Amino acid sequence: MSGERPAQLISPAEWRRPGVRFGVGGAQLLLLVALVVIGLGPLLWLAKSAITPTNDTITHPMALFPHGVAWGNLRDAWVNVDVGRYFWNTVVLALGSWAVQLLVAATGGYALSVLRPRYARLVTGLLLTTLFVPAVVLLVPLYIEIVRPPLIHHSFIDSYWAVWLPAGASAFNVILVKRFFDNLPREIFEAARIDGAGPFVLFTKIVLPLSKPVLGVVSVFAVLASWKDFLWPLLVLTNPNEQPISVRLPTIQSQTELGVFLAAMCIACLVPVAGFLVFQRFFLRGSGLGGAIKG
Amino acid sequence: MDAISDIEVKGAALPAPRHRVRRTPLSWARGGGLSALVFMAPMLIVFGAFSWYPIVRTVVMSLQHTNLVQAPTWVGLDNFSAVIHDPQTPIAVKNTAYFALLALVFGYPIPLAAAVLMSEVRRARGWFSALAYLPVVIPPVVAVLLWKVFYDGSSVGVFNTILGWVHLGPYPWLQSQQWAMPSLVLESTWANAGGTVIIYLAALTGVNAELYEAASVDGAGLWQKVWRVTLPQLRGVLLVTMILQIIGTAQVFLEPFLFTSGGPANATLTVMLQIYDYAFGNSLGGDYGRATALSLMLAGFLAVFSLVYLRATRSWSTE
Repeated sequence: MSGERPAQLISPAEWRRPGVRFGVGGAQLLLLVALVVIGLGPLLWLAKSAITPTNDTITHPMALFPHGVAWGNLRDAWVNVDVGRYFWNTVVLALGSWAVQLLVAATGGYALSVLRPRYARLVTGLLLTTLFVPAVVLLVPLYIEIVRPPLIHHSFIDSYWAVWLPAGASAFNVILVKRFFDNLPREIFEAARIDGAGPFVLFTKIVLPLSKPVLGVVSVFAVLASWKDFLWPLLVLTNPNEQPISVRLPTIQSQTELGVFLAAMCIACLVPVAGFLVFQRFFLRGSGLGGAIKG
Repeated sequence: MDAISDIEVKGAALPAPRHRVRRTPLSWARGGGLSALVFMAPMLIVFGAFSWYPIVRTVVMSLQHTNLVQAPTWVGLDNFSAVIHDPQTPIAVKNTAYFALLALVFGYPIPLAAAVLMSEVRRARGWFSALAYLPVVIPPVVAVLLWKVFYDGSSVGVFNTILGWVHLGPYPWLQSQQWAMPSLVLESTWANAGGTVIIYLAALTGVNAELYEAASVDGAGLWQKVWRVTLPQLRGVLLVTMILQIIGTAQVFLEPFLFTSGGPANATLTVMLQIYDYAFGNSLGGDYGRATALSLMLAGFLAVFSLVYLRATRSWSTE
């Protein structure tokens, strides 16, 4: 973290002035308190209420366990409300989307950046165009395509492929990986070519091992995006037994008591929050988004 | 940027001569054309099927009457005029604009102020950014449904309990035509502001330290440095985050869909919700022509808006 310290607006000399010290320092302390209350507060409330009896949450939402803890909420949610099943559905959907996104981004980025056939420029242009097309334009035609695919006369509704494959069409991923490959030293590729490495060996033995950082970024964001997705799986997965947890939650809300529902929501947050804590630097360095915007 | 384009130029020079010798299918395959195509294939197939083809298909569908039951028929611009004359459309447009405007008022200055303050934190800066970003990783459905519990309009709702401590309320929140939309924007800002904070923090690392020193030498105080150095240095990023936020909020769907289903009395009916209703809201079969027509009109408006925006701010952003 120390390497990316921003240019200092406030010089050390200014920090020594009591007005700056208490003024800015106080503002920062207030900000920290606000961030704890606003950023963490709702999640702490969710965690608390997930193990509080429903009646207590309804009548005294801000009280801390007035009548003890109800661990049973979590078990009810996992077993009786089938959150366990939806949880694993979400995992399977996320892993498939991750695999497709990684395959498309790594091979596509490699072809566009290293192999560079004559049409690479055209393909890059077409990829960039899709970045400017708002997602709303794709929703309906994509749905129709899943229901009535051209050429193949077989509906993909209720098939996980209907979620996995469209996830791969992320121009952002491909451009991110391509840019990373653009910055790899060309001398290595040349040396490998002289040693007789073909494009496949070059890809698997040289480029992939060097590109762990960018593939890590793509992976983390792919899994998180899949975990957060709602509308698309709602449209194409109509069988409740196949749906991910996000799609099930609104239904669970209308059919279960509040405590169990909050426990289910708490379970839905576990993977993203744990992933965020483990891979913090991917998110907070801003390497993905910030870099894309600056460029 | 210069370093990258240098490498691109150098790299481009390497494989090129192989292609130029003779162009028969065999020499093409031997020269690496086939393997390049193999590596391109996953991307071309996935983007072709799930991005480029649907984009073209949208335009076709907007000119057709399609309901998946009967064969599609060409109807010219009928779908567009039907959407324009739909009494719901002006309501949806007005509400979407209202949402976008409120989201700018709430959501635009706060992340900027927070980021500027955070970048001057000397200890435990990681905690600040982690706490700010935490809501962004929460699944949006959980965020909305959790806030729906918070917004409970009874006197024992979470927010009403907290406000009751200082003798305010109870407020009806989502049940009130007047307050439903601001409530949606509040949750949306909570859920998204962290991402913007991180972008600003990254941009702040790019501010030239010498400018601050020069300003200090000239006797500038803290506020002057913020106004004269920090904000002008960030203006490129500020302009981009603003247009991205407008493009994002113009397509708001999840909040009105899950919080209020467009109610009360259409107070939170947005364009995206109307598109959803056209296509998927009717169990007897969707009106996909109108849905695609409206989505194209929204996309067209955003494209024109972005162009005008970029034109209007060009002199200001590059200077």
